[in-house]
Amino acid sequence: MTDPETARRALMARKFIEAIPYARVLGMDVVDIGDGRAVIGMNYDTRLVGDPETGVIHGGAVSALMDTCGGAAVMSHPAAPGGTATLDLRIDYMRPAKPGDRITATAECYHMTRSVAFVRATAVDGDPSRPVATATGAFTIEGGKR
Amino acid sequence: MKRPEPVQVIKQRRDAALQKLVAGVPYMQFLGIQIDRRGDELTAILPFDDKLIGNPMLPALHGGVTAAFLEVMAIMELSWAMIWEDMESGRVSDDAPRIHLPKTIDFTVDYLRSGLPRDAYARARINRSGRRYASVHVEAWQDNRARLFAQATGHFLMPGRDG
Repeated sequence: MTDPETARRALMARKFIEAIPYARVLGMDVVDIGDGRAVIGMNYDTRLVGDPETGVIHGGAVSALMDTCGGAAVMSHPAAPGGTATLDLRIDYMRPAKPGDRITATAECYHMTRSVAFVRATAVDGDPSRPVATATGAFTIEGGKR
Repeated sequence: MKRPEPVQVIKQRRDAALQKLVAGVPYMQFLGIQIDRRGDELTAILPFDDKLIGNPMLPALHGGVTAAFLEVMAIMELSWAMIWEDMESGRVSDDAPRIHLPKTIDFTVDYLRSGLPRDAYARARINRSGRRYASVHVEAWQDNRARLFAQATGHFLMPGRDG
């Protein structure tokens, strides 16, 4: 990231994501961001468990990570004028995340029109060769021309 | 002829079973989700809290909070239907039944309008519940029941029942 505009945009997006109250309480941290791609991690936390019998993190917490990561990817896209909101998000749960493992989501904004951004994302735990979940979503482009 | 059970006994049994189900999910406590029961009908309540904000400028609920709220409700509805069936058929004694929770296969959230910084409510409808798979639709609203702020459809893998 040598281009100052790309760097500025990445910094802005990172600051914005890290200021989101719900992203903070879930302990999300931005690993990498820029050029329509974002990587966000979330450490294991017993408060986020969905089924105490297995200790597996609730799908809802993974949704939040995917949603945040998708939004971050849109905001960091070179053609994005600013903010974004989720229109729809579909998550496929491939397997339960390993209890104790950190979950890392990678989202890519692969297409963008004047009003909609299309995103796909993947979440992995300690074993990146077998994804925990994948997601596809559509996001609004706020402040753009119609 | 056997006398019908007193209404308090029935209510107590149902409420205890529901409480046990809700208390068993840490993430529900984390979000502050409560469940209201009228007969077998459940309504999930998400009291507003500052930590649930996703966009501090508007402010609006985080999309992940909305998704989680809907998914929690879908799982509760499916689990409750299993418990209810067991209770009604007398397969459980006075102790609340222990069940395995359904597992989410996929979940699609439709964000209709931004979630306001107010309490939110959700109800689920089981569209199909087979031995292995179930399909559930969930609706969430805030001030007006007819003005949904989000809806979702999900598919779930049902737990194997004893026997």
